[in-house]
Amino acid sequence: MKAFLAILGRDLRLSLGSGGIGLPVVFFLLVATLYPFAVGPDGALLAKTGGGVLWVAALLAALLPVDRLIAPDAEAGVLDQYAVRGMGEEMIAAAKITAHWIGFGPPLMLAAIPASAMLRLDGETLAAVELGLLAGTPGLAALGVMVASLTAGLRRGGALAGLLMLPLAIPLIIFGAGSIGDFGGGALRFLAASSLFLVAVAPFAAGAGIRALRE
Amino acid sequence: MTASLTLSNLACVRGGRVLFKRLNAALGPGDALLLTGPNGVGKSSLLRLIAGLLPAYAGTVTHDGRLALSDENPALDPRLPLAKALGYWAGIDGTGPAAVAAALDALDLTRLTHVPVRLLSTGQRRRANLARVLASGADIWLLDEPGNGLDTASLALLEHAIAAHRAQGGIAVIASHQPLGLTNAQALTLEAAE
Repeated sequence: MKAFLAILGRDLRLSLGSGGIGLPVVFFLLVATLYPFAVGPDGALLAKTGGGVLWVAALLAALLPVDRLIAPDAEAGVLDQYAVRGMGEEMIAAAKITAHWIGFGPPLMLAAIPASAMLRLDGETLAAVELGLLAGTPGLAALGVMVASLTAGLRRGGALAGLLMLPLAIPLIIFGAGSIGDFGGGALRFLAASSLFLVAVAPFAAGAGIRALRE
Repeated sequence: MTASLTLSNLACVRGGRVLFKRLNAALGPGDALLLTGPNGVGKSSLLRLIAGLLPAYAGTVTHDGRLALSDENPALDPRLPLAKALGYWAGIDGTGPAAVAAALDALDLTRLTHVPVRLLSTGQRRRANLARVLASGADIWLLDEPGNGLDTASLALLEHAIAAHRAQGGIAVIASHQPLGLTNAQALTLEAAE
């Protein structure tokens, strides 16, 4: 537990220090700002499609820090030092997922408030988006760490990470955007279930990825 | 607990090539093992194997006591001041700031306590890497070319630190090209496997 908290604290400090939290939020807001320029100032159209755009923006924002999650630690020998100390790779992955989620989940939920104003979303839609992000971002964080550990040893792993992560995130985006229409309905439950599945599987997949990096 | 390290019938295969085989060694408290041999013969692989970072192709490694590894990767956050960067590992190892201060002192790094790691020179970084091992309080030190980039004075500090560690019942396994002043060290020369 002490090691878990130590890794969590270090990863949070690193993502704060390198603009890791600011960048996804700025990116998210940028997409929400650009979209009305692209489709025109039709309030009804924006309100109808805005929720889905926010989900696409959230997904892409989650992809931004992926190349910083595992690869720098692998290169600097930090992961080796964890292993010499007998720390389990699954625990390391779980700590990294938690830190990654804290670094982009709640900030994104805050950023969704001004973004929803730019997209003319009403209060009910905003509430649905917030609830969906709360349920879905842990899954996105888990997916990010999993993909990061699988691509860390590769050259130009960042580009590959996008190709790997986006298809796997499709259930999240379908149910996330779907939950906006029917508040509290089945889509939100499917979203929570997909997210939970990813959170449950990712530490093991990422742990195996971290072990494979040593070879 | 008394530290011990036993290698029995160890073999290592990397990339389909046999690096070494039938390697045996037994170390008890206060012992040191000096690994020598030409480049690429598997000295670093042997250290990583003992550290549990590589699987053994055959044979076993058994050890009593905690391990600490110093290789060419510093594993210290470049932006952090030296003492804080070392403190991260000391915190995980449960030794704390006093051990970090002692390690910095032993390697003549006390002046650099507040200097960010990225500003350290090669030799200073190497010593910081060794300070991480000193501060870990581990029983078994695995040092990969610890003398690389060190000046004469720092080499003496390193030799002194290893001697002090052994005097306290610790074990050191050292791969080095440079002659290090180790008293009563077992020597193991790795030769290219046919």
